[in-house]
Amino acid sequence: MKNTVLDTNTEITIRSKKPTKLHSLWKQIVKHRYFYLLMLPGILFFLIFKYAPMWGLIIAFKDYSPFLGIMGSPWVGFKHFIDLFTYDYFYTLLRNTLVINFLSLILYFPVPIILALLLNEVRHEVFKRVNQSIIYLPHFLSWVVVAGLTFFMLSTDVGAINKLLNAWFGNTFPFLSNENLFWVIVTFQSIWKDAGWGTIIFLAAIAGVNPSLYEAAVMDGANRWRQIWHITLPAIRHVIIILLILRLGSMMDVGFEQIILMLNPLVMEVGDVFDTYAYTQGILRGDTSIGVAVGMFKGIIGLIMILGANWLTKKFGNEGLM
Amino acid sequence: MSSVTKKRLTFGDYIIYSTIALISMICLVPFLYVVSVSLTDPEVYVPFQFNLIPEKFSLSSYAYLLSTNSFLMALKNTIYITVVGTILNLVVTFTMAYGLTRKTLPGRKIIFYAVIFTLVFNPGIVPNFLLVQNLGLINSHWSLILVSLTNAWSLIVVKSFMDSLPPELEEAARIDGCNDIGVFFRIIIPLSMPAIATFTLFFAVAHWNTYFNALIYLTDSSKWTLQMLIKTLVIDSGSDAVGQAGATPEQATLPQETIRMASIVLSMLPILVVYPFLQKYFAKGVMLGSVKE
Repeated sequence: MKNTVLDTNTEITIRSKKPTKLHSLWKQIVKHRYFYLLMLPGILFFLIFKYAPMWGLIIAFKDYSPFLGIMGSPWVGFKHFIDLFTYDYFYTLLRNTLVINFLSLILYFPVPIILALLLNEVRHEVFKRVNQSIIYLPHFLSWVVVAGLTFFMLSTDVGAINKLLNAWFGNTFPFLSNENLFWVIVTFQSIWKDAGWGTIIFLAAIAGVNPSLYEAAVMDGANRWRQIWHITLPAIRHVIIILLILRLGSMMDVGFEQIILMLNPLVMEVGDVFDTYAYTQGILRGDTSIGVAVGMFKGIIGLIMILGANWLTKKFGNEGLM
Repeated sequence: MSSVTKKRLTFGDYIIYSTIALISMICLVPFLYVVSVSLTDPEVYVPFQFNLIPEKFSLSSYAYLLSTNSFLMALKNTIYITVVGTILNLVVTFTMAYGLTRKTLPGRKIIFYAVIFTLVFNPGIVPNFLLVQNLGLINSHWSLILVSLTNAWSLIVVKSFMDSLPPELEEAARIDGCNDIGVFFRIIIPLSMPAIATFTLFFAVAHWNTYFNALIYLTDSSKWTLQMLIKTLVIDSGSDAVGQAGATPEQATLPQETIRMASIVLSMLPILVVYPFLQKYFAKGVMLGSVKE
């Protein structure tokens, strides 16, 4: 008898609680209606242009034909992925992607750090500011312009360097169609364009160092090297670690615009990467399913790597990306 | 500070100063070379000869470019996309970021994580292309504007900027009877002016420089942007690249090289002109978002 009374009581409370919870949520939504109204364009943008294309990923598991549409095309399971992994050229794409990223890690990554340390040693304010302005500038140029400038430096017909070679030695060198030089040229382009801009984040971290540390170091007889080694570098160490980990997390990414502009048939074998392959196969040649499969493979590996990088960042005691 | 500047420069200083000067030179030389050739009088221009300073100055390459239809059309298209695109970027980014700052907003976390997810996963070039195709936006300038209305990085940076604004003014405005939209336009927007200035620059530069989207979405050459035109003029018509030549028959009378270089200089000009004055805003923008990429 007692039991049933209790049961009905609890039932009543549950029943009356549920509508109020929903009701209060609804009240909250109504209360925030203007916020939703303001966010509407942005939310629609993300739904249409960022999330709707994810639906297109199922094309990777179908034999897509534009006439049948996404839904009408027949399922083929993992066929395209199996084709891809058993295709020798896939490993060429993977090698090119990894080599370009690896070169960037070794040659590009230290440059902004060294440049920031050098700039920090400059006491002459005007000299510092003028040079900072100059080395930031290439960051704001498009890849088309950077590729064009590279062309005007290195090409055999109009390149300044080849003009000099021609004047001094009487011959020219085809830098831009040389397979052995492609990776180095691409890496140097990235350094030229973005390394200067990359110093900002390190300079900001250095600016946060308490000047009394340097004064104390001078009192202790520390020379410039020792000051850099014991004060400046430790101050930017955490920034270096975060950027290094994020860099490792994007080892699958190669700038599409940069590569597609520098590619020509003679350097295809060393320059073609996942994005450029997806573009030529999926859009130019109309082999949509392969193009989607390549992009999806790259996206998923990239996702795993960035999540891993984020986990590592947190493990080092830093605030992660997510 | 003055005591430090007065201190005699040591040997180490000379090495550091000259290294930095050398790096600046490496950044500048390609510009100087291209500007100098573009200003060379076509009459005295000698192919295959290296001259850092033109023997005779002339603006005829620029005059020629600005008289061609294709260049003017591309310029007009680029300006249109940059102006309309930047305005819409600002509207969409700042309204959405404002919503994301509201801690009590139901669904805020879901929306925020959905935004972050787009930063770490991209379905790839082909699905995006198919979407634009299905929307019927191929060969429309709206394809370039709509696909980049906002992005996760800008939203995060603007949101963290708005989070740092003092809440007192907003509270005062609410007491005066402002609703959420009134607060946004009367309080948040005026306080966000530094961020708006920085992002206007970032968005405008991004639209001006876009090549990838123009390449895949604009197949009709009358719709081309400057970057597309310059790519064809400068890179495709060179002997190193095997592509379709972008040269028109009229160009045969003038040396191609000076015109090609002039086209690159013209495309950089807006950035080169505003850059010295606005450089501090650019640099500030990076720090608004600290390490978050």
